[in-house]
Amino acid sequence: MTAIASLDSRRLGRWALNGAAGLALALILAPLIFVTWLAFFRQEIPSFPPEGYSLRWFAAIANEKKFVDGFSLSLRLGVIATLIGLALGVPAALCVARFRFRGREALNSLLLLPLVVPGVVLGTSMYVFHVETENALDVDVLGTFWALAAGHVIIVIPWVVRLVTASLAGFDRTIEEAAQNLGANPLTTFFRVTLPMIRPGIVAAGLFGFVTSFGNLEMSLFLVGPGRTTLPIAILQYLEWRIDPTIAAVSVLQILLIGGAMLITDRFVKISRVV
Amino acid sequence: MSRLVLDHVAKRYGDFHAVRDVTLDVDDGEFVVLLGPSGCGKTTTLRMIAGFITPTAGSVQLGTRDVTALPPWKRNTGLVFQSYALFPHLTVAQNVAFGLEMRKLGKADIAGRVGEALKLVRLDHLGERLPRQLSGGQQQRVALARALAVRPDVLLLDEPLSNLDAKLRQEVRVEIRELQRQLGLTTVMVTHDQEEALTMADRLVVMNEGSVRQIGSQRDLYERPADRFVAGFVGRGTFLAGQVEAPGRFRTNGGLTLRCGDGASGAAVLALRPERLEIGPAPLSGLDNSLPGTVEFVSYLGAASDVHVRLSPSDRVIVQLANRGDGFEPEVGANVHVGWTAAAARLFAATGEVHGT
Repeated sequence: MTAIASLDSRRLGRWALNGAAGLALALILAPLIFVTWLAFFRQEIPSFPPEGYSLRWFAAIANEKKFVDGFSLSLRLGVIATLIGLALGVPAALCVARFRFRGREALNSLLLLPLVVPGVVLGTSMYVFHVETENALDVDVLGTFWALAAGHVIIVIPWVVRLVTASLAGFDRTIEEAAQNLGANPLTTFFRVTLPMIRPGIVAAGLFGFVTSFGNLEMSLFLVGPGRTTLPIAILQYLEWRIDPTIAAVSVLQILLIGGAMLITDRFVKISRVV
Repeated sequence: MSRLVLDHVAKRYGDFHAVRDVTLDVDDGEFVVLLGPSGCGKTTTLRMIAGFITPTAGSVQLGTRDVTALPPWKRNTGLVFQSYALFPHLTVAQNVAFGLEMRKLGKADIAGRVGEALKLVRLDHLGERLPRQLSGGQQQRVALARALAVRPDVLLLDEPLSNLDAKLRQEVRVEIRELQRQLGLTTVMVTHDQEEALTMADRLVVMNEGSVRQIGSQRDLYERPADRFVAGFVGRGTFLAGQVEAPGRFRTNGGLTLRCGDGASGAAVLALRPERLEIGPAPLSGLDNSLPGTVEFVSYLGAASDVHVRLSPSDRVIVQLANRGDGFEPEVGANVHVGWTAAAARLFAATGEVHGT
């Protein structure tokens, strides 16, 4: 009796788990599916059922200068912020993972902090900082591309530190000793052995950093200048006045870009192994 | 290949002496094994030879060079790690080529020497594989080939066989030893496995708690151990604690009076090898000692049996009884007699220093 009962309860448990996982997946996918569907509706005011299907909203994107400019800015911003974030974050992760020094824990927390601070808070404080810097140094800071990029670097760094630290956690350091034993000095050892071995972590960090930067809205709202709009802001501004499916078409392109980047990355490094 | 000399080498971490005053001279082409329990300082010593640890005192000479102050990458040692430490992102051939590229050899030279090294370990057909596609034994051989390809002044082996299964370990032991002889490699190996040490070494260095206890051949260590630690660590032994009452007379704490060799005085330990003891149903004639006792435990091992005999409330000895098929098979509880010659026993002062023959 008890054996059967426990078997039943185990099966029940598995069903419950699968059910919960399925529900979570559905909740995540539902908006994506609806947005994609909506992008192909023919009529201007979204209503169900659709009157028919068309690709006209994708064509409409090209005519909306704000979207084209926004896409171009977000792309440049994402790439530059990711590259700078990697250049700063990888050495930082190496220091935090390998050296024992005073304030190491504090430094680690500091590097991860931008993940925790709400984007609005981050944006406001950076805005104030930019104003103060501009006043103090008498140079243009506020609203410039590089000020915006600096802000994006801040939100890329936690991803880099997190993922690179994770890939260093299981690192067998005798492999570096083997390289030194074979005649490689520390610098050669780093470039020939350490870096290739943590490459999956670095690639994943770059991808997540880029996605974070590309999709950022709240912080960017405070940092963009006149005539300079990122894609998420362009979408928001468009939505304030119109609700036609152009916005859904833009979202589909965004999903494709990020999804494509993930698939390509996954071909070179197994993301699931690092994250 | 060259001679390796450790001259009064020591390593101290604060108050902790990892290695105390090790002096060792390894001849050109000699195979020396550092043997000892974990934490005895043998690995620290090996890492000081490779350059990963800087000694706090003493010097390391390799060939004619004093390498004490040189970093690992300028020493030309070939180290085989316990974990193999192969480069996971490089193929077998690239792994072996690594050290040669660091030495800035030409492409053709490198290819030739990689092939040569892989042939030595019989893996020339697997050059294009990645390390993770190889078995443990193959990875071990790649690590060996990688260390040999650079033609090191000294080959260093850090417990190289401990990750292999028992059968493979026996094969690789022989393989490494033959290769070492054939190439005339000056070699230092670290192990805690006495059987491994005994089968492979030309000379052994027994270490404990950071210091060298004895340096010598297998026979030296077994027949003439320098102290109680070596006697217990190399081979098996029974130790009886007691006092030397008069020259040649030892009284155990259990009250037995035994005849023994000369030398020690005062508190001492008498060491007996199980195979040097004789056992029989009646008092044994022709031996210096013959004592009655009761069998407490027997373990049958095929070729021989270990018989544990209680001689007094606090004295128990292990006797190795060869399986001669003569019908004498003592069982637990049987009354037997155990005997040995005075020369079969060795006396050590209770403090651990050597006395007697």
